[in-house]
Formats: sequence, C-alpha cells, structure tokens
Amino acid sequence: MTHKQYITVDGIPVEIEGEKNLLEVLRKVGIKLPTFCYHSDLSIYGACRMCMVENEKGGLDAACSTPPRDGMVIKTNTERLRRYRKNILELILANHCRDCTTCDNNSNCKLQDLAMRFNIEGVRFPNSARSTRDDDTSSPCIVRDAGKCILCGDCVRMCNEVQNVGAIDFAFRGSKMIISTAFNKPLAESPCVGCGQCSVVCPTGAIVVKSNIKSVWKAINDPAVKTTVQIAPAVRVALGRELGVRDGENVMGKIVAALRRMGFDEVYDTTFGADLTVLEETEEFLARIEEGKNIPLITSCCPGWIQYAEKKHPELLENISTCRSPMQMLASILKDQSAQSSRKPFHVAIMPCTAKKFEAARPEFTKDGEPIVDVVLTTQELIRMIKESGIMFNELEPEAVNMPFATVSGAGVIFGVTGGVTEAVLRRVSSSKSRTALNMIEKAGQRGSEGIRELEVPYGEAVLHIAVASGLGNAEKVIERMKNGEHFDFIEIMACPGGCVCGGGQPFATVQDQKERGKGLYEADRQLSIRRSEENPLMTSVYHDIIKGKVHELLHVHYTHKEEE
Amino acid sequence: MLKSRQDLIEYRRIAKEAYELQTEKVIVCGGTGCVAGGSLKVFDRLRELMKEAGIPVEVELQAEPHDHTVGLKKSGCHGFCEMGPLVRIDPQGWLYTKVQLSDCEEIVEETVKNGRYIDRLAYHKMGEICRRQEDIPFYKQQNRVVLEHCGHIDATAIREYIALDGYTAFEKALFDMTGDEVIDEISRSGLRGRGGGGFPTGRKWAQVKRQKEPQKYVVCNGDEGDPGAFMDRSVMEGDPNRMIEGMMIAACACGASEGYIYVRAEYPLAVERLRNAIAQAEELGLLGDNILGTEFSFHMHINRGAGAFVCGEGSALTASIEGKRGFPRVKPPRTVEHGLFDKPTVLNNVETYANVPSIINRGADWFTSIGTEKSPGTKAFALTGNINNTGLIEVPMGTTLRQIIFDIGGGMRGDGEFKAVQIGGPSGACLTKEHLDLPLDFDNLKHAHAMIGSGGLVVMDDHTCMVEVARFFMNFTKNESCGKCVPCREGNKRMLEILERIVAGEGRDGDIELLQELAETISATALCGLGKTAASPVVSTIRNFRSEYEAHIYEKRCPAGACQKLKKISIDPTLCKGCSKCARQCPVSAISGKIKEPFSIDLSKCIRCGSCVSTCPFHAIKEG
Repeated sequence: MTHKQYITVDGIPVEIEGEKNLLEVLRKVGIKLPTFCYHSDLSIYGACRMCMVENEKGGLDAACSTPPRDGMVIKTNTERLRRYRKNILELILANHCRDCTTCDNNSNCKLQDLAMRFNIEGVRFPNSARSTRDDDTSSPCIVRDAGKCILCGDCVRMCNEVQNVGAIDFAFRGSKMIISTAFNKPLAESPCVGCGQCSVVCPTGAIVVKSNIKSVWKAINDPAVKTTVQIAPAVRVALGRELGVRDGENVMGKIVAALRRMGFDEVYDTTFGADLTVLEETEEFLARIEEGKNIPLITSCCPGWIQYAEKKHPELLENISTCRSPMQMLASILKDQSAQSSRKPFHVAIMPCTAKKFEAARPEFTKDGEPIVDVVLTTQELIRMIKESGIMFNELEPEAVNMPFATVSGAGVIFGVTGGVTEAVLRRVSSSKSRTALNMIEKAGQRGSEGIRELEVPYGEAVLHIAVASGLGNAEKVIERMKNGEHFDFIEIMACPGGCVCGGGQPFATVQDQKERGKGLYEADRQLSIRRSEENPLMTSVYHDIIKGKVHELLHVHYTHKEEE
Repeated sequence: MLKSRQDLIEYRRIAKEAYELQTEKVIVCGGTGCVAGGSLKVFDRLRELMKEAGIPVEVELQAEPHDHTVGLKKSGCHGFCEMGPLVRIDPQGWLYTKVQLSDCEEIVEETVKNGRYIDRLAYHKMGEICRRQEDIPFYKQQNRVVLEHCGHIDATAIREYIALDGYTAFEKALFDMTGDEVIDEISRSGLRGRGGGGFPTGRKWAQVKRQKEPQKYVVCNGDEGDPGAFMDRSVMEGDPNRMIEGMMIAACACGASEGYIYVRAEYPLAVERLRNAIAQAEELGLLGDNILGTEFSFHMHINRGAGAFVCGEGSALTASIEGKRGFPRVKPPRTVEHGLFDKPTVLNNVETYANVPSIINRGADWFTSIGTEKSPGTKAFALTGNINNTGLIEVPMGTTLRQIIFDIGGGMRGDGEFKAVQIGGPSGACLTKEHLDLPLDFDNLKHAHAMIGSGGLVVMDDHTCMVEVARFFMNFTKNESCGKCVPCREGNKRMLEILERIVAGEGRDGDIELLQELAETISATALCGLGKTAASPVVSTIRNFRSEYEAHIYEKRCPAGACQKLKKISIDPTLCKGCSKCARQCPVSAISGKIKEPFSIDLSKCIRCGSCVSTCPFHAIKEG
C-alpha cells in the first residue's frame, strides 16, 4: 500500500490525488482562487499572478503552475496575498475599459466578478485603456475590443493549441503588447474560421459574438415582412442559468413559445433539416463507397470546419460531402416555399454557433441575390432577446413548431453533439431497423468526450472505418494520419471541442455543464418515437412533393478552393 | 584535421614554435570601442607601412614555422576603451594610447624598426609616463583570468589560442577525466554563475548530467542587455575560443552533443568572431563528430537575439532559440530538466564558461585561492559613468568599490564628488558612500540589498539626481518587459508614470508610498527575474536618498540640480540692463519687459531650456 500524500492548506490537511497543480487540490477543499489565465483545457500560462499562495518559507508560488508536494504547507488568504491580489486587479482595471453597463459581457465577466469579490474601491492610476476605435468588427462572427483585453492569452492558446488555427497571437512587448492577427490585418482577412472558441474562453468582453439582434427586431416589427425562424438542436439544451434553466434541460417547447410571443410568424426546428441531411449524406456516402471515389467522405455540417478546410486543406474539398448544412437545407426549402408569399420573407436561424453567421453570408447560399438565411442569431443573442422582451421564460407553456415540418427524428436531434452525425448515418446505414440494433449502434464508439474517437462498423462484407473528431486541432491530427496512409471511410468533424453543444455562440458553461448539454440531447433522442431519419413520415411528402426535381438545387452545394474562384 | 590527441599535441607544438618565432608583436585593439575610433584603419596602415619597409610582417601564425617575423594582430578589447585606439607592443609590453592614423609611420619607424619607445603615445599619470601596460594603474590592480588573452592575442586565429595552451583543458577533460571528475572539480572550485544569480555551476552541471534523457544541450547566454555592460562582448570578441572551450568541457562532462550560443545581434563583431572560431574548430576537428578519435561529438550553433532584454532570462532565451516569442515560462520545470527543446540544458553565461578552462587546467585549489571564500575567482566589471577611466576590468571577488573607483577607475571625473554607484544594471541597486569599503561578492551585495548582476558599474557624482536615475532604469525595464505577467507589464508602467511626474515637479503626497507598495507587489508576484527585480533601482534609491524624492515632491526642487523641469530661472533685476537679448532668444516668448528696464520671466511659459542664461551678456539670469 502506498503512503497517502497530503498538503496542508490554511491549516487543513488535504490529500493529493494525482492533481497536476495546487489550484486543482484547492478546488477540492472548496477554495476557489482567483484566476484569469488558468483553463484546464489549455496549457499553463501563469501570467495573471492572481492565484499566488504563500508557502512555508514565506515565499510565493503561483498555484496554477506549482505541483503539490507531500508535506507542503500553504496559506491562501493572508493579508499580503489579499493586498497583492487587489493591487493586480487595480492595475488591470486601470488599463481596462470600465463602461460595464454597456458591455456585452456585463454580469458575465471575470474581471467584474473579481473586482467585486476583492472590494476594489477605486483605481489610483489614470485609465489608459485603448479606445473603441480600435475595435475589429471585420468578422461577421466575432468582435474584438482591445480596450477590454487583459492579455491573459486564453484566446491565443485556444486558437493555437486547441483549434490549430493560429489566427491571433501576441504582438509587441511590455505595456505595448496586444493580441493581434498577423500584421494586424482585420480578422476577416486572417486565417480565423469564426469558430468563436476564443470568445468562449475570454474572461472579459474583449472578444464577443457579433450581435445581429437589431435587424431581427426590425424585421419582426415590419408588417410587410414575414419572419420565419429555425432553432438548432444544441440550442434547446443550453439556455443556461441566466433564464433559470438547468444546462441539459430540453426547453425546445418554451423556446418556440417565446419566439412566437416575440413576434415571429413561423417557427421551425433545424432538426428537420438534419433529417434531410442524414438521408442525403448517407446516399452520397454509399454511392461513393460503391464507386470507391472521394473516400473518406468528410461531413459538411460545420461551417468552422468548412472554412478551415478551405484555408488549410483545399485538397480535401473533394472529400467533403456536398450536402448543405441542416440549417441551409431547411432554410432553402422555406425560402423556396415563400416565393408565393405576398410578404417579404425574412429567415432567422438560432444557432449555437458563431461561424454560422459567416455561412449565412456565403455567396453559395443566396437566392435571387438575397441570402437564404437572412440572420443567424446565437444562443447568447436569443437569451438577450428573451430578456429584453420581458418574457418570464420559465412560466411559458411549451408549444409545437409549425407545420408542415413539425415532425422530427431523434437522429436529427443528436446532430448537436459530437458523434451525433455519425450515429444518425449509422442508423440509416444499418440494415436492421430493430430497437436492439439502435442500442448496438449507440455503443459502437462514436459517443464520448475524447477529442478523437474511432470505430469500425461492419457493412455487408466490408468494414467501415470511421473517425469522429471534435476541435480543429483534433481534426488536424486525423487529417495528418490520413495523409500518412491510414484509411478512413467516413470522418465526422466538428470545429468546437465537444460539438455544437459547446459552440462559440452558446452561453458560458463549465466543463460539467457542457457534458450535461450532450446528455440532454441523447435524452431528447430517447424520448422521441421516431429515432431514424428515414422513418420521419414527413420525408416522403417532402421528397415527393415539396422539393421534387429540386433536390440538388436546394440540398447540395459544392465548395471550391478560394483562389480558384 | 586532428584525429587524435597526439595530433592536437603536435599541432600545438608547431603553433608554439611559430608564436615564439614572432619575436616582435604589434597588437592593434580590434574591440568595438577601438574599432569605432578607427583602429582597423590603423591596422591596415601599419601593415602597409611594414610591408613597404621590408619588415617580415606576419598577420597569421605560420603553419610551417621557419623564420623570425613581426606579428601584426587584431586583438579583442583591452578594456581601456577610454584611451583607445590602443596598440600594444610585445615583448616589451608597451601600450600606446589614442593612436591615430598619422601615428603609424612613427610607430613603424621608431618602435618596430628601432625598438624605441614613443613617449607621445604613452599613458600619463600625473605627468609620469607608464610605458608598460601592466604599470598603468588601470591594469595594475586587476587580476585577469577570463580576460587573460583579451588584447594580447589574435582573436581571429585558433592557432594562436592553441599556441598559448588553448584546448589543453578540453583535452584533459576528454582524455584524462570522467564527466563526474570534471563536475567535481568545478564544484570544488566554487565557481558561481557570472550572469547575476550566482548559482553554483558544478551543481547545475551535475543536475543536468543526472537526467535520464539522452539528448542534452549546452547553451551559452550571450544576451548581454544591461545598459553600459560589455563584459561578455569583450570575451566573445577578444577570446572566443576560451568560451567555446568552456562549453565543450561542459558538454563533455554532462553528455551533451549540441551547443547553442545566444548572442545579441547588436554585437556583430562578437558574432563574426564566434562564427570564425567555430568554423576553425570544425576545420581542425575540435568540433564535429568523434572529436579527436573519441566517442564524443559536439556541434555548435549561433543564434542571434533581436535585442530583447528579457531574452537574457533562461526560459525566454530557450524559447527564442526555438523560434518562439521570447516569453519566460513558469517554473517548475527548471531548465536543467526541461530546457531547450524541452530537454535537459546547461545554461550558463559567457563569463562562467570562460572561467572553466583555467579551473580544469590549474585546479580548483588555484581558483579558490582567488576571491572570497563563498565567491571564489574574479569578476569582470564594466566601469562607466562619472569616472576617469571607464572601461572593462577584471578583479578578484571581494575587491572594494573604493579600489575599483579610485584606484583602477582613477577617481571621479571633473569636480564631482562620489555619490553612488548603480551595480547590476536595471535589476540592481545603488550603493552609496557607506558601501565604499564593502568587499564585492555575491553574498555581501545581497546583504546590501544589491546584486552583482552581470557586472555593470555606473558611477555617479553629486550632480546626478537619484530620482532621475530611478526613472531612467524604470523606463528601460518598462520598455523591456515582455508583457506576459500583469505585475511587470502594468506595474512598471505605473511606477514609471509616478516617477515621471515626480521629476517633472508634479509629484503628489503619497507617491513615495505608492511606489513602495507597487514595488512590493511586483517583486513578490512577477513571473520572472526581470519582473521580480524591476523595482530594485526605485526601492534602493528611496532607501538611500528618500530626502531627494521628498524635495522633488514637496519643495518642487531637485537637490542635484539635474531635473530640467524643476530648474528655476530668474533674472536678477540689479544686474539686468534691459537689453532684450534674452527675450529675443527665448523660443517660447516667456521673457518680456521694457527696454532699459529689468526684464522678467513668466515661469508658466518657461521650458527651462537655459538658452537665455547663456545669452545674457551681464550674467543676470540664474538657473537653480
């Protein structure tokens, strides 16, 4: 039996159980030290110096970067430490825009939180924050405001380490240091793919989702405009505590009700588009297997991944499925239908995703010069609109979405979590349509939280090699393996680690809450009577009636290498 | 190509022979200071003249020695930059100072041909001529170990270094000693890191050797960034092989096969000399695979730094070599475990490596006989400021400031009185009159709240404002902060703001305390050594010269009379004749008056440029 190891924290012995740093040990005893630059998913940076603790010799150690040692005695809350922490906060605040009331992240800001926690009563230095004139609003997805940046580097590490995008990094030195794109070009001209993960980790309002709320209100209030809206699967489980909802709880019915109250004319479920995607993509996949051409097939629903492929791997564009994303499939049908309407159609998509804002603006997705999806709102923006409307969200009675697209399958719902597309396709591919088969598929290996998961599925005489990657850094690893000769038949790629439930447009959540969101979608799937896309009774009518003869026009797209255009 | 120990010994024998055949040597200083003074032209001219005169001049040692020759060499820095360009004549050991192109003919005619001394070019001390370099007080009190060859040998020829027993220490370490024996010798010598921290070198090497990882690195920190410091530059320029040999011994002892020298790009001459030395060593087979027929292989690379002060910090330096942004990282892990490319790394400073060959050759006991008990050996200092002899010196540890400033440095320049000395550059502190007899070594300085740093000594007289000194260094550190951690990035900026307003006469009650509070927070919480020591100059000037701060803040007065904005300019009405010359001279029209009546100055407009003071024909305008 090995000897148990302990450290003493403020006089209390705490066992070391393999924690990498003091911060993790301290969280176990209920001490949450202040941090800006610590993120369990990112490398240790150790720059904010807020998590310093006092050791037995009176020296100071940064808890984030100090491994626990048996017998260590530390204090976390001495007079000195409090003074230093206050001083550091004061120094940060002196170089920070302090217009909290008009900030996008008001009440959702670590700096604001800590300033309150440490009772910062005043700042003794002149304010030297950069002006809002320096804002980078070039990206359709996110806005960068250097005046609110505290240079913790979380976004840089996210963009480089986790996403392998490398759009931003530090530039200049000392007090002139900024986060910048290469040569300080606008974000829109950088390698940014719009995934928005930087905004997820940003502790302040320095990187926020670009808001399109105003134009939506305008359309809703215009009697000459008919507003339709669709809601992505991942949104329904992530409205978050701000509306008094537990992460993972499926509140689709209430969202529908809220949107109707806000004034939308018709409300739809993106899941319907996902069902179409499953059918189209499976057909395409099996055809490619048959022909042995452009294998592996790589999924196309994720716009962050599409941009990544276009910018870094144009050679893979032939492998990417020609299916439009579920959002675009549904929207294309709706726009096509509305051609007869007397009112001007205006379609809004509520997405967990910042990159969808870019997708909506792509020239591939226009009809008669107008975008098919007029505006993409993120979950965060939806929450804001609900609050602005004064709707008591929790008191709403759930409502159903509009006909004729009201029936959806569980296969479409799980699109919102990594591995979901794969599972939906497997359900379609599987020859057995029994419940047992569903349970078997569930355990095939596509579910889970690892960044890369692989599975082998028998298909007739053959075996299909499938990889599921979430997070672009993980996608890159799979691509690398593929280039080194490993064979895959099907690869599902989602740009955000964990899939759409952890998208850049979702409200902030802890790692645990993010897991709850995934569970919530699987639960929603289980509760639906229809679990397979092909069993959605509406599919037949759609194919035989609504989109007859227009399948390719409405449901497919071909992305081309940017420079070829 | 030397393939065995025997080859090296034979090569050395021939080199020695060639060296001895050069019965006369004319050595022109090729250090940066003298080069700037035109020493390379002097060199070329001497060569031309000697050739014309039919003197058998040799620029390089002969590979096959046969005749007596006169050697003409370009050496590294002598250290006595104040008196450059310098020309040394051997075997007499004479030193000519401030040699100009026009002096060359006389040197060839009188000295080279006829062996006569030229008094005109001598160094004078109180009217007395010091012929020999060793008689000049500046050199007399020095004990040159690291700088032994600087100024005496051709820094561009490995043959000459070998002729003077170069690479014997490496040879000994490679063939006669085990790695542990080498490390033990270094440990027993008590050699401590000369880069500033004073960490025991032997212990560092042992920690690296102990690592299981087979790939290890030896890295030399030549990123000498302190303002006014040039010890390392002089070694790299003047005796590059000594440092390279030190690194080879470290590699041999610790089991490293790759070495990196990180040197500032602002030191082009050092880079050139190092490149040249490495190329020559490679050509000889002293660097490369299976050196001298053994299993030991070692390759050296030069990385040029882009001039960031922070890259002198170990982890920032290794990051920079790796091609990353020069950011220090959190420790642990330490460089000895995960250094360059995440492998165990010996990282020492130039001067530290340059000490190694002598220790291996002469033994730990010899080394400990120099210096103090806890800080054995010598230390090179760059002497600058209000002092007569500025330049590079090397003295035993434990030498007092008084000896350095008044004996070697020749005392204060002009009429100023000694006030303080800033030691250790922007990370260091100031020492005052009360420290004049303090023996300088690592521990004594630590007790005096100062540090030896890399060895910069800036001497200041009573015309120097200590608040301004603090502002100067804080400005340097603020600009050189990498920006990673909050206390250093934001705190230094704020400290500078406060210091700037104090010297501008806008200091407020509470500013001293605010400076102290910030200094404490920054020192305690900053990520790396640069940040932790950034506030030292401020803290030490407040400790020693608080009254100067108070005079600035409360009386709006600079006691040293140095702060421009606090100067008060006034016109003495009894002396002013009302000529209006000052009013016409004033660039901001701050002076007005009626002709033939006393003029007056509007101090709210006055920018204290002082041009009126020098203009007034009646000395009626006073500054103070």
